[in-house]
Amino acid sequence: MTKKLRNLFAIGTSALLLAACGQDAGDSTGGSGESAGGDTEETTDEFSLGMVTDEGGVDDRSFNQSAWEGMQAWAEEAGFSDDAVNYYQSDDPSQFVQNLNTAVQDGYDIIYGVGFQLADAVTDVASQNPDQHFGIVDAVVEADNVVSLNFEDNQAAYLAGVAAANTTQTDKVGFIGGVAGPVIDKFEAGFVEGVESVDPNIEIDIQYAESFSDAAIGQQIAAGMYSSGADIIYHASGAVGNGVFTEATNRMESGSENQLWVIGVDRDQAELGEWEEGNLTLTSTLKQVGTAIQLATERAREEGFPGGENIIYGLEDDGVGITEGNMPEEAWTAVEEARQAIIDGEIEVPVAPAE
Amino acid sequence: MIRQSRGFLSSLVVPILSIIFGFVFGAILMLLFGYNPVVAYDAMISGVFGSQYFLGEALRQATSLTFTGLGFALAYKAGFFNIGVSGQALAGWVSAIWVALAFPELPQLVLLPLSILAGTLVGALWASIAGTLRAFFGTSEVIVTIMLNYTALQLTNFIIRDILSETGNSTESVGENASLSLQWLTDLTQGSRLNAGLFIAIAVVILYWIFITRTTAGFEIRAVGLNSFASTYAGMSAKKNIILSMFLSGALAGLGGAIHGLGTFGNIFTQTGLPSIGFDGISVALLGLGNPIGIFFSSILFGVLNVGAAFMPNRAGVPDEMASIVTAAIIFFIGANYIIRYFIEKRASRDQSPTTATRGGEE
Repeated sequence: MTKKLRNLFAIGTSALLLAACGQDAGDSTGGSGESAGGDTEETTDEFSLGMVTDEGGVDDRSFNQSAWEGMQAWAEEAGFSDDAVNYYQSDDPSQFVQNLNTAVQDGYDIIYGVGFQLADAVTDVASQNPDQHFGIVDAVVEADNVVSLNFEDNQAAYLAGVAAANTTQTDKVGFIGGVAGPVIDKFEAGFVEGVESVDPNIEIDIQYAESFSDAAIGQQIAAGMYSSGADIIYHASGAVGNGVFTEATNRMESGSENQLWVIGVDRDQAELGEWEEGNLTLTSTLKQVGTAIQLATERAREEGFPGGENIIYGLEDDGVGITEGNMPEEAWTAVEEARQAIIDGEIEVPVAPAE
Repeated sequence: MIRQSRGFLSSLVVPILSIIFGFVFGAILMLLFGYNPVVAYDAMISGVFGSQYFLGEALRQATSLTFTGLGFALAYKAGFFNIGVSGQALAGWVSAIWVALAFPELPQLVLLPLSILAGTLVGALWASIAGTLRAFFGTSEVIVTIMLNYTALQLTNFIIRDILSETGNSTESVGENASLSLQWLTDLTQGSRLNAGLFIAIAVVILYWIFITRTTAGFEIRAVGLNSFASTYAGMSAKKNIILSMFLSGALAGLGGAIHGLGTFGNIFTQTGLPSIGFDGISVALLGLGNPIGIFFSSILFGVLNVGAAFMPNRAGVPDEMASIVTAAIIFFIGANYIIRYFIEKRASRDQSPTTATRGGEE
């Protein structure tokens, strides 16, 4: 019982932490909890961060936005002005190198490339600018001036699978991925494993949008899944997911037979699930890109740049997580148990889907 | 529709006016939202022209756009709307990389032309699907090419994921012997990705001009575009010309894709959408009014706009969206002017016809 309470408390604080990251204003007490006493004696030495988005853009309400919000929160906490952080938006892959070079020219202490798509570009630009520090999220770049930040998304996705399997009424759930590849594979593998751990007879419809930005495709795929009887969709597809929420909201507002749910990704997407009579975001898996960037940055300021390192964040250190959202109680209990089991090493979540 | 008989000057007026209108419209919009347009445009222009690197990048982008622009223009000359330029460029890109990776041992003199040729050919064949369907079954090339865009996208991602790559995201880089980069150009532009593709683009612009104005095949394509019934009556094969124009249009797009791939990236990665060089190429072709030299210069303008727009958010405080609106406004005025021109021409021809009629009556 006490163990459970402690878990609850841990998750509660992580939710608080997230809330603090999510709001641009507000007190910064929650967020600073993890950044190891970074509150003292700032504002003396200026430190600045740049980030280059992937194609989703900074307002994708998911991955990139999470990174950007984390950077803004960091600047506020450290007492720097808004100018200390900046982002460069990429609309096309050919702009990655260009944007990184613009950022190099504009001069930042660390430039983060957000997303595995930028791995090649960061590799190239980092080798051309050996004195500039870079960070890459969701990929590994082996260079002395690059820190790699990675996440055990499969663990959070597993919990999403457990939540979905414990909530579904139709015994059919859906998974929408952005672009297939090692990163989204982790989400798919984790989700499938999580669902099957509860009930292997639940049908899982897996589809890919081949995009991280096209909400129309997301809506189209979601329409297909809901029509064929799925009542919960987990999306790991950046801004494509906005279309999934739109479709679910439309169906609920025009009187759907089933209670439909969407599971959000990367940041708490509860605000996307608002509709006339409630909220259809079952839960969201969290990927604290923002927190990771904050932690890496603080480390760079205090102990020097962790170049060449690959820092992996998992459930254990709240680098990934899941919100309670609108989960029924038994689902939440099951999720918590699974969470503890993963942390204790009793459950090993695969990183790639079984062929 | 684009008559070359109209004076050189008057045909230059339309694109230049649309560029000016676009900039003015963008400036008004920025003023309305409280941004300083002078600072914004200054950031854009000095950003690009203030450093060899970004000028090189702008020209690099112009290189790819020249090919896709010419590709669109050629089909347009024959009266077709090849929306599939993106898909054909992508097909060219993946094929060129595929060939380059498949024969890493060949010397540059063989491998580079072979890779480029492969890209060109695959792009051409991809477009020919739409051309053939149009010629024999009368299907709309617009719809078919749009659908083929998505087919190309999914197929390319499948090839990358399951055939070409180990990791699933991107292929290995092609070797030196398939690269288009020229050391002196890279040095001259402080490490930009500007490459030999630029010279190929200039050569293709000249060849395109010769083909359209000086060869029988070029004449037939133009004739079919102006009036397919009249040209059939004159003994030209409409079917042959439909397929040929789509084939060549796709060849140019595929060539553009191959050069984009070998020159800009040196590899191919899973695409999250159709390459923007395709759709920008359509704008470039319209701004250039189908004239190859016009297309070359509008490609440069687009390259400068695209690279320069990236400076507006951080150096002038103008949000990204505003920068995109300015570029879009210019494209809009190109389109709008096109419509206006169309109406002016229509009115001019209407004004002419009654006078000829009265003259005839007087006789």
